Amino acid sequence: MTDTTLAHSDSHDHHPTGLARWLFTTNHKEIGTLYLVFSLVMFLVGGAMALVIRAELFAPGLHLVNPEFFNQMTTMHALVMIFAAVMPAFVGLANWMVPLMIGAPDMALPRMNNWSFWIMPFAFTLLLSTLFMPSGGPASGWTLYPPLSLQGGNSLAFVILAIHLMGISSIMGSINIIATILNMRAPGMTLLRMPMFVWTWLITAFLLIAVMPVLAGAVTMLLTDRFFGTSFFNAAGGGDPVLYQHIFWFFGHPEVYIMILPAFGIVSEIIPTFSRKKLFGYTSMVYATASIAFLSFIVWAHHMFTVGMPLGAALFFMYATMVIAVPTGVKIFNWVSTMWRGSMTFETPMLFALGFVVLFTIGGLSGVMLAIVPADFQYHDTYFVVAHFHYVLVTGAVFAIMASVYYWIPKWTGNMYNETLGKIHFWWSTFWVNVLFFPQHYLGLAGMPRRIPDYAIQFTEFNVISSIGGFAFGLGQLLFVYIVWQCARGGQKATDGVWEGARGLEWTVPSPAPLHTFDTPPDVDHPDYVAHTSGTS
Amino acid sequence: MKRLNEWIVGVAVLAVIMVITWGMFAVGDNMRPGTTPFSQDVYALHNTVLGVVTVIGVLVFTAMFTSIVLHSKKRHPNAAKFTHSTKAEIIWTAIPVLILVVMAVPATRVLIEMEDTGNAEMNVKVTGYQWLWKYDYLEDDISIYSALDRDSNRARQIGSDIKPAEVENYLLEVNNRLVLPVDTKIRFLLTADDVIHSWWVPDLGWKRDAIPGMVNEAWTLIEEEGIYRGQCAELCGKDHGFMPIVVEAISKEAYAAWVAEQKGTSTVQNANVTP
Repeated sequence: MTDTTLAHSDSHDHHPTGLARWLFTTNHKEIGTLYLVFSLVMFLVGGAMALVIRAELFAPGLHLVNPEFFNQMTTMHALVMIFAAVMPAFVGLANWMVPLMIGAPDMALPRMNNWSFWIMPFAFTLLLSTLFMPSGGPASGWTLYPPLSLQGGNSLAFVILAIHLMGISSIMGSINIIATILNMRAPGMTLLRMPMFVWTWLITAFLLIAVMPVLAGAVTMLLTDRFFGTSFFNAAGGGDPVLYQHIFWFFGHPEVYIMILPAFGIVSEIIPTFSRKKLFGYTSMVYATASIAFLSFIVWAHHMFTVGMPLGAALFFMYATMVIAVPTGVKIFNWVSTMWRGSMTFETPMLFALGFVVLFTIGGLSGVMLAIVPADFQYHDTYFVVAHFHYVLVTGAVFAIMASVYYWIPKWTGNMYNETLGKIHFWWSTFWVNVLFFPQHYLGLAGMPRRIPDYAIQFTEFNVISSIGGFAFGLGQLLFVYIVWQCARGGQKATDGVWEGARGLEWTVPSPAPLHTFDTPPDVDHPDYVAHTSGTS
Repeated sequence: MKRLNEWIVGVAVLAVIMVITWGMFAVGDNMRPGTTPFSQDVYALHNTVLGVVTVIGVLVFTAMFTSIVLHSKKRHPNAAKFTHSTKAEIIWTAIPVLILVVMAVPATRVLIEMEDTGNAEMNVKVTGYQWLWKYDYLEDDISIYSALDRDSNRARQIGSDIKPAEVENYLLEVNNRLVLPVDTKIRFLLTADDVIHSWWVPDLGWKRDAIPGMVNEAWTLIEEEGIYRGQCAELCGKDHGFMPIVVEAISKEAYAAWVAEQKGTSTVQNANVTP
């Protein structure tokens, strides 16, 4: 089913080689690859920081690092994983796949695309360099709550600049994705025929544009409070430390969905493919995604129930938060219904997608518990919360990213990955990630606060279990790196369709996808090209 | 053969997870019911919600694993063609809404009770410092500074040769405890001197942030005499993990005697200093 329009499409290409090829590239596939490789590297860096944390928590007493450095590790681990690992991975996937899925020749704004990637290595060099400064890196948690964050050294300025750069990159990336999706769809691909992954990214991009400037504003006020004598967040000067938290979480909660909506999109692509059945309830999936995005703007204060707020406010944020369970539930039920009476096979992408559905659901259900304000007075700032957000971020977002890599890497490299190793990677990761995070629910309920470098004796057993799980899970990710590296170097050649049940435009181009695809728009009405995750009019 | 291996792995994984989960419940690491009417309400609420979400999870996973078993390509080579069902979608939107309402009602009731700080019989002002607590008994003009006890502090240093396990109540003991009477409605006024802290004793059922420049309110009514331990719950700098809270709840008579004793000694410190 190779598309005739693809033939000889590379003929006009004048491509630099070596480093210049990557520095100056404006090609969506190469930029996608850059994002994904950058994200993988940062995933390992952030993972190493997590292992420092888990090593220190392996036994009561301080053994390896002092408390200041421990706090730097918890802060940096979060900043790196959120901004340098998960978000760039999704942007990389959008770069690679959105044009292929909507039949566009490239992103709408290729030069800006180059820039939005190349800001990232500089932003994170700045951020990571603070660890080597005399005052050390940021140590006030990734939320940078004042007044604590203002107590740090001058490295705060570097952190804030890094956040600004990263924000500029995200905003440019989002503009590019929105412009591409709205303007460059192949003729006939109406909005309600787009694949689910494209839909989730479109909504995510709007969320990013809405909230990254809010984060920028918050950290700029921190900057002027720290260095220019303002008192936005200083009560002694007429400011309010809680104001920062409101502004931060007005960014922070949509940010949570920025990291999960594209994962929903990925899973919505993979489950239909391996169930050999169209996505169940496409339209309601689109509306559920949009509802979650809307609700994400009116629930921010559920991160701050303990700061003391009027009863009416607490009730509003509790009810609004609970409502999110409804569209999220719709998504989970629709995935299960997609599988229902399908004809399933369980290759690695499907395994990770199913792992996502189960484990993300666990994280979602503990999220419902956290919404209950009186109970949250106990859960808040404990390991119960740590367990909750790692279930939605690691076994949610990260598992979806891994599923997507296994799903699309044959299209990227032209080679099949090693299926046996992929399955080992899945089972190993799934087992150990639960050993790592499940006990943390119990630690939290038993009363262990988060972000402490040392703990009372009664928390020892679960911390030991959790640390063992952490190291084993971390080790397993080296296998992932090996599988990706091996696949990039060679292996069994992939067919154009790759997966028996795969449908959609991205599977109509050759494997590996040539640098330029869809120079002329494809025929989206061809039955083979209609994605499993599209709505049909 | 290959499929068989997968099932073995799957069953093994599930078995191990179940054993771990059971082991954790068996050693009783659920939330503590606590010792106040509020904490017991929270405990009941926690168990209710945990029960509800567990049932939902089990139902969803049962459906999913049933599908995985029955609708594999081997057993079910031809996939069905259905793509939507308005009826099903309405049902699984409406039922979760009902379940949420059922959970929201008791949650609202408990929250309203929690927020009612009126009719307090005594007031304690709690001030967070890096890294200790100060307690002002507003009616009796008593002030206490409460910091990590000496044994824990020695044992927690890097390179210390004292084993934490050998220290009694490691990291959960202070030099001066917050002494409170039982069966008394006590209002807390929480603030901080430097950065944000959070005052948390799990047995009282809540935590509340202590924020510089602001005063937060909370209340408790301890029903049983005893010693209740907690920790600062909001990251407040390098020694965040080392500012425990210990409440010693004693009978009203013993408390009156304690107050008299405090007033007669020199432990009254800086009674009128407000940060």
